[in-house]
Amino acid sequence: MNSLAARIPAPRSTLARSLALVGLAGLVLFLASEALSAYRDLQLANGAYYFAVLAGLTVLTGLSGQISLGHGALMAVGAYTVALLIGNEQWALVPALLAATVVTTLVGAILGAGASRLRGPYLAGATLAFAVGLPALADKYTSTLGGENGLVINPPTPPSGLGASFPLERWEAWIACAGALVVLFAMNNLVHSGLGRSFRAVRDDEIAASLCGLRVGRVQTLAFVVSAACAGLGGGLLTVVLQLAAPGAFQLALSLSLLTAIVLGGLGSLVGAVWGAAVLVLLPGWTNELAHSFSFSTRVSANLPLAIYGLVLILAMLAWPSGIQGAVRAIGARLRVRARAGS
Amino acid sequence: MSNRSHRGLAAVGVCAVALALAACGSSSSSSVPGVSSTSVTFGTHQPLTGPAAPGYSEIAVASQAFFNYLNAQGGIQGRKITLVSKDDEYNPAKTVNVTHELVLQDNVFGIFEGLGTPTHTKVVGFLNSSKIPDMFVASGCPCWDNGTAQPYTFGWQPNYTIEGKILGQYIKQHFAGKKVGVFYQDDDFGNGGLTGIRDEVPAGQIVSAQPYQPGGTNVAPQISAIKAAGAEVLVDFTVPIYTALGQLTSFTLGYKPQLVVSNVGIDPTTVGGLLKTFSKGKAGTELIEGAITDGYLPSPTDASNPWIALFRKVHSQYDPSVPFDGNVEYGMANAYTLAQALQLAGKSLTRESIVKAVNEKGSQLSGPGLVPFRYSTTDHGGYSGAEMGQIRNGQIVLFGGPLVTEPTAGSAITPYTGTQPTPPTSGVTVP
Repeated sequence: MNSLAARIPAPRSTLARSLALVGLAGLVLFLASEALSAYRDLQLANGAYYFAVLAGLTVLTGLSGQISLGHGALMAVGAYTVALLIGNEQWALVPALLAATVVTTLVGAILGAGASRLRGPYLAGATLAFAVGLPALADKYTSTLGGENGLVINPPTPPSGLGASFPLERWEAWIACAGALVVLFAMNNLVHSGLGRSFRAVRDDEIAASLCGLRVGRVQTLAFVVSAACAGLGGGLLTVVLQLAAPGAFQLALSLSLLTAIVLGGLGSLVGAVWGAAVLVLLPGWTNELAHSFSFSTRVSANLPLAIYGLVLILAMLAWPSGIQGAVRAIGARLRVRARAGS
Repeated sequence: MSNRSHRGLAAVGVCAVALALAACGSSSSSSVPGVSSTSVTFGTHQPLTGPAAPGYSEIAVASQAFFNYLNAQGGIQGRKITLVSKDDEYNPAKTVNVTHELVLQDNVFGIFEGLGTPTHTKVVGFLNSSKIPDMFVASGCPCWDNGTAQPYTFGWQPNYTIEGKILGQYIKQHFAGKKVGVFYQDDDFGNGGLTGIRDEVPAGQIVSAQPYQPGGTNVAPQISAIKAAGAEVLVDFTVPIYTALGQLTSFTLGYKPQLVVSNVGIDPTTVGGLLKTFSKGKAGTELIEGAITDGYLPSPTDASNPWIALFRKVHSQYDPSVPFDGNVEYGMANAYTLAQALQLAGKSLTRESIVKAVNEKGSQLSGPGLVPFRYSTTDHGGYSGAEMGQIRNGQIVLFGGPLVTEPTAGSAITPYTGTQPTPPTSGVTVP
């Protein structure tokens, strides 16, 4: 694998590299969606919108060093924007998703301006308050936002050119994956750009960064805005896949599990965000199955999945402190050393 | 680490996830999913945890217990019935996920007894467009009644508007001229009940109607507003936890109206247990003593009723971990109706045949219910009425005989004089 990768000439510009990466990922996702069952396609769609959010969050936390416990609420902003525009105003899908991204970017700009003035636990606290408070708006303005009952939209209709029997779930997967690829392209460029380097500079040493002429507050706000845009798009895609925007989808637990996912996947790495998305989609099902494989009473087995989830997280963090991607890199490095020693 | 190997790993990561998904994606498909000559599998979404879990989490367990009782006698049409129950926490977003999982991944034959109005309304579209039988939803939302637009969805318990009308008529007759306040869940459950109440109670008599959102725990603003409006009668269209919270808040505020509660929010074992937990043992069923309610099944404490005797027998044999209460009775009675539908659908069971059977013969089904069903091709509502009841000594006592009506405004409420059949010694009876 390594020798093969070494033989393929790498494109020189970041832009070309990102395009190649997106093309490759797109091809893999397309083939996967064709091969998968309807349910797995739906999981792929779920994973894709989670990836969109996690990619932004991992840039924010991993690169610029800001912690956010409020990204679930930013997803809600995108989700409700799409639900209102498609459900009430009959907007088309793409403009609605763009609008969700723009609206969430604006909210992120306000939040980010505040966030850049806060550090560590205070930043976590402020974003936490946002995550707790925002979904309550749905209960306050029930006539517009539908309360706990939520807002419902019609499922997206696959184009007639794909045939009458084209599964809805595959179409949803395509939409969500397209969104995820846009985010992958943008974030991969960003990570390898000058801006990405200023994010890292600010994370590592604020004073040194400002001595180099970086305006720390502005860089941090920008990082927040970028990750908010990703969360808005992810939230909008969630509405398209679930056909529902409801406060129950954006509880505090979501914001916390997003943060857990990027840490577990490998902080600061876009591949880590892929792992994180996979964990968010697949782990609840596995813990559920495991909980029901014991013959406990309903009361115990209903509450067991959460306990197992917590246990898995603790064990994973003990075994791989740098996340799944960190473990993969370590194994890769060890294999390379062994291969070199062998040859 | 160089950029190049980084990129290579990215591709590996994407491939690995895609392959992992593909590897577990395959699933066997027979002619009718979830059915073989010896078994039929239904799925259900239930609040096993979360705000609606107290009481309601017993329902699907009780249904499975009744299926186990039938299975031990050889099942229905030679098929053993299995119910796969998934937790949706009474959270609509989770309901969408688990229902897709049940249908697309677990390949269930149909959905049975999916619980809740805000939850189940989010999957009715998916179930009907996928032509999945959606049998006997555990909610009285008037929205299940539409057999034309939703041919695969059937309600079971009385439509909340029917229930509201019957409770409303009682208020009109027995609490004439008294000010009425309504405390209701802010969705089709509460609104359906409120529609029925408004249909019967003169408009000027209702002085305040206060909604709550399921999930919050502070209901003081609503109860205070109802108290401030001077309501002497408090009508609750609430799930058990909010009946309990409302009564505790009333008690704290020194507010003692005549309580009227929908059937779904009054099971004394559940509400009494919640009151006890919330008040750390200081309060119990005395806070709902004297409450007016209604019932469409015999009272779970009516030992003389042969259906209660049967359900208690099944309960002690197959489901002894929870006390026998209204929720257990509900689960078993609904399971009996599903078994009847399977019996009617015949040997060659298909998703269409069970729907056709209930459309054609559903209104003639009789069993533990006190009133007949309303099923027809166009009307998929469940029980057509209820009997008035009251909490006396911590138990539901029904009185006055069963009443039936239609959910349409102005339709008359009439007594039902048919008699309840005795349960068969084994299996189920169908017309």
